[in-house]
Amino acid sequence: MTGALQYPGYDGDRLEKAAGLMPCREIQAGLLLSLMGQPENHCYPSIFIYGHRASGKSHVLNTLMKQLELPHAMISCVECLSVALLFEQVLDSFFGADAASLLPRGPSLSDFVRIYKQQISESPTEQTRYIIMEKAEMLRNADSNLLPGLLRLQELVEDNVTVILLSEIVWDKFRPNTGCFEPLLLHFPDYSKAELQQILSKDKHPSYSTDFYSSYINILLGVFYSVCRDLRELRHLAALNFSKFCEPVEEGKFKENDTHKLWRNIEPHLKKAMQTVYLREVSSLQWEQMHEMKEIEAGAVRGLSAHTHVELPYYSKFLLIAAYLASYNPARTDKRFFLKHHGKIKKTNFLKKNEKTSNHLLGPKPFPLDRMLAIFYSVVDSRVAPTASIFSQISSLVTLQLLNQVSHDDQLDAPKYKCAVSLDFISAISRTVNFDIVKYLYDFL
Amino acid sequence: MATSSVSKGCFVFKPSSKKRKLADIGDHFMRGCEEKDGSALRYNLFKQLWDRIFKDTESLQDDLNRNILDSLLDFIRKCCHKKLDDWAAQMRASEIPTAALMLGVNVPDHDMTFHSLSELLRASVSPYVASLHAKECGALKHLLKRVLERVMDGEVDVDDEEDAEMDAVQVNTRVQCSFNVLCEWYKAKTKKLKDQSVHRPPVVVLFKDLEAFNPKVLQEFIIICSRYVEQLPLVFIFGIATSPSTIQNMLPHSVSSLLCIELFHSLSCTQHLATVIDKLILTSRFPFKLGAKVMQVLVSIFLYHDFSVRNFIKGVQVALLEHFHSQPLSVLCCEEKVAMDLIVHLRKKDLERIRELPSLKSHVEAMKDVEKADLLMSNDASLKEECKTLIKSLHTYHTNYYPVLRCLHALTSGLPRYPLGKQIRELHLICLENSVWESEDYQTAMKLLKMLSKEELEAGMQRCVEALKLEQEEEESASMTSARERLQELLSLMRGLDLCADVVPVTEDAEPILTSPLRNLQKKTDLFQLQKTLLEMNETRRVKKLSPFERLRNETVDFLDSLVRSHLSPPESQPLHEVMYYRSSATVRRHLNATPRTSIQAALSNPYFYLQNESLRTDDGGVSNSAPDICIAYKLHLECGRLINLFDWLEAYCTVVSAAEGGDPEAEDFGKVDERKHARFIQAVSELEFLGFIKSTKQKTDHVARLTWGGC
Repeated sequence: MTGALQYPGYDGDRLEKAAGLMPCREIQAGLLLSLMGQPENHCYPSIFIYGHRASGKSHVLNTLMKQLELPHAMISCVECLSVALLFEQVLDSFFGADAASLLPRGPSLSDFVRIYKQQISESPTEQTRYIIMEKAEMLRNADSNLLPGLLRLQELVEDNVTVILLSEIVWDKFRPNTGCFEPLLLHFPDYSKAELQQILSKDKHPSYSTDFYSSYINILLGVFYSVCRDLRELRHLAALNFSKFCEPVEEGKFKENDTHKLWRNIEPHLKKAMQTVYLREVSSLQWEQMHEMKEIEAGAVRGLSAHTHVELPYYSKFLLIAAYLASYNPARTDKRFFLKHHGKIKKTNFLKKNEKTSNHLLGPKPFPLDRMLAIFYSVVDSRVAPTASIFSQISSLVTLQLLNQVSHDDQLDAPKYKCAVSLDFISAISRTVNFDIVKYLYDFL
Repeated sequence: MATSSVSKGCFVFKPSSKKRKLADIGDHFMRGCEEKDGSALRYNLFKQLWDRIFKDTESLQDDLNRNILDSLLDFIRKCCHKKLDDWAAQMRASEIPTAALMLGVNVPDHDMTFHSLSELLRASVSPYVASLHAKECGALKHLLKRVLERVMDGEVDVDDEEDAEMDAVQVNTRVQCSFNVLCEWYKAKTKKLKDQSVHRPPVVVLFKDLEAFNPKVLQEFIIICSRYVEQLPLVFIFGIATSPSTIQNMLPHSVSSLLCIELFHSLSCTQHLATVIDKLILTSRFPFKLGAKVMQVLVSIFLYHDFSVRNFIKGVQVALLEHFHSQPLSVLCCEEKVAMDLIVHLRKKDLERIRELPSLKSHVEAMKDVEKADLLMSNDASLKEECKTLIKSLHTYHTNYYPVLRCLHALTSGLPRYPLGKQIRELHLICLENSVWESEDYQTAMKLLKMLSKEELEAGMQRCVEALKLEQEEEESASMTSARERLQELLSLMRGLDLCADVVPVTEDAEPILTSPLRNLQKKTDLFQLQKTLLEMNETRRVKKLSPFERLRNETVDFLDSLVRSHLSPPESQPLHEVMYYRSSATVRRHLNATPRTSIQAALSNPYFYLQNESLRTDDGGVSNSAPDICIAYKLHLECGRLINLFDWLEAYCTVVSAAEGGDPEAEDFGKVDERKHARFIQAVSELEFLGFIKSTKQKTDHVARLTWGGC
């Protein structure tokens, strides 16, 4: 296997060591190495690598750079709030902090190029320099000239430098309107089940045998592979549940090779993990504590989404109900619901041809403040004065994200809102104030 | 300020020192006061009383929060003391420990919780605490900047010796604020600690209002943090007002998988309020009392509007201030001993005021001794003596009122359908308003009590005794002690019944009464007779001998009833109650629950209401011609439809204004538009636009749209 990684210009031992550190990525690493050529060779100006989360992009590059001791700058674009930060990090890792401090305030790409050139004349090097940018999709939000500039940086600075972009998104979503230098595209495919098995089995528990651990991984993948292929997550889950898996072995109930019995023991536990700790309904800390607790107590630990009940002041509840009604009922039906002597109007009279779809499928519609208040005054059972606190409740509902303000912030010009709660939520709220909301909803007429 | 200089020139007046300003609050209090002379004294009394109440609430809230804060601190400590050498710990993804703090929707109260939380954190866990408000973190850049500022500054302030480093920090933040800087700084800080093998203090980031944060900013921040979590022990605290599912709504799985979230629930605000009312209002420790209506207003603002305990306490403060401000006799609203001293120094004017109090008048009228009554109305010395006894009795009334109230609540709060309310504050309100024993609910409650089973009654009585005991610890009162002893006695009697019941199987005398009509029944078969005997049987069953338990139960309920009748009379029945009770609910409502729209409308349609200018007074509710321009324009605009023609409006306006100027209606230029009137009109219209009554529209030229409904 390591025979594949024989490239001129690089030390064989190091290559071998690197290859050992990146299992199942030999082909990609080989391709990269052959693109890079010998350390002194000029490399292709820019390479774009894409693949899903945890498919080994950063890991492969990191290992290659570190093991082969190539000059490089590893930059995460999420962290670079401004281009200044990005330039600074590049200069810092190539030429040291002094060079970075030469950058003016609010530097432009040309400032960067100027200082870079200045620096290479002082400290020239034969080897190719690599700039690796993780989460390159963030670059799309930066200045429009940054990405095209980086793609042909080699040309701009007249140095042996290669920019490698790493992303989870395909190149097509990057290409600027104005066109740019096309980088070489390289895809990292997802790990297959067998590959995952191979990689995960590597980090075995020191006090158990390799076979035992890999049979555990096999069971784990059987449960989780259908929902999660993220290596990082799987490794995390494996670590969390391993103690439960080897519990019967430690107690002496089963032997290490009683695979079937072990499977019977762990499977319900893993299924439960899929619904709770994998979704972060229960934190990993609580999950571990649950192991130590008894069955009944463990049932008491409820997930995040179990608590949906929100206690609101009385009028806030009615304001929210009014907002919900305004969001999901067509405005012309208000007469039917809120006028005392509306006569008998059947639903068919209201039904327009294009309105056969349920409003609940279409989602909430924006409504003006006036309409909401009019509905509010008619649904609330007592007379309410339009006090300042009623209005401040509306804005606090907005900050609680139960209402969304749709239009601009200008309060004078009839602001518009949308109701952002679900039917279940509003039914629960209206039950507490004895208000039958279904009666007032056009969809359920 | 005046100068004695004659020549023109520039004079510098330095602002007076702070002391002067503090005194001003007192001055301000006195300026608007009803009665000038005693105002300083009243202000002092107010300040003392308020300080006491405030201190009490603070410590009370600290106690309430203690539980949740302690468990939170435990969580944080546990998180940063994780063992790192373990196999599982190595394999596990490094999650950022996150505490989701469920605080409820009463946002104004959160500040206090967060304040004490960050104080506690600083004191016991880590000096590096950054608390963030969504408002100041609109973009990721600002968020990072705030975190860096707060974490690093907090440390710099602590040890002042490291001046050089402080400078370096400032330079750093000025140049770039990235997490890297923080990380380096943290490493430098903790280098010393490493040698002593002390655990590294975590960096705690507090998100005060999670809902208001921009989800995107938050996500990116978390992603950045997760890159550093191995070098920098980070802990997040999310303050959540609604429900924990907000986290899932805001963060996708890829981000929430970076966190290790644990939930912490704080006390619900209704419980919180119940405790505050219990400890602040339902106690005889503070002489100041809220009247029924005021209490009702404060509670309804809480329940209907904001759920905020802080605002409730503010409301109590407003009531307190208003009481001392508007009631000259509030000098007597203080501790019993102080009041005794103050009565001696009462001036003639005050005594006259006391004589005019309705409660005292009715007290005098109720007196049997006519001579004594006359003496009270004429002789100051005897009135002072009488006041002393009255104030004393008022204080005893309070020391008895609250224990009995608790007692009654303890027994009735478990009854089906809560005839006397579920919460003690409801019962308190009933008692404040009327004589509780006259109400229908009270009668039903008593009836229900007489039907309670033995276990329930015993439990209720036990609670009663405890309630009385609790009160006793604070203040001694002879009548309450005896009441408690009597209750205890009844309770032990009831417990003793168990033993007796086993010994005596069936009471002997019950048998003949039951059997004799039955025997008769067998003899006579006449329908009328049957009816008669059945009725008889019914009678006998009703008067049939009660079992010992029933007898005891009736005795208990009667005893409770007598307690209620003697101690729970409404405060209005007490002479001089005006001294301690604040009852102007309208003022409190106006202060706390403002109605801007109604005020504006009142000002515009009835300018006399605010301006108090006689010429503006109208009887029919219309607007006089000489009213301010904006009022006239407002009045005219009410007569229009949704769209208003500006020119028509202007002409109508000019007619009205001309009439006000006293122009001759027959004259040719009457109601003509001149430049002056035009300008005034334009100003009035733009003022209306500013107030939000109209806005410009593009639907029709020369028209404006009306934004309000209704007309005259």
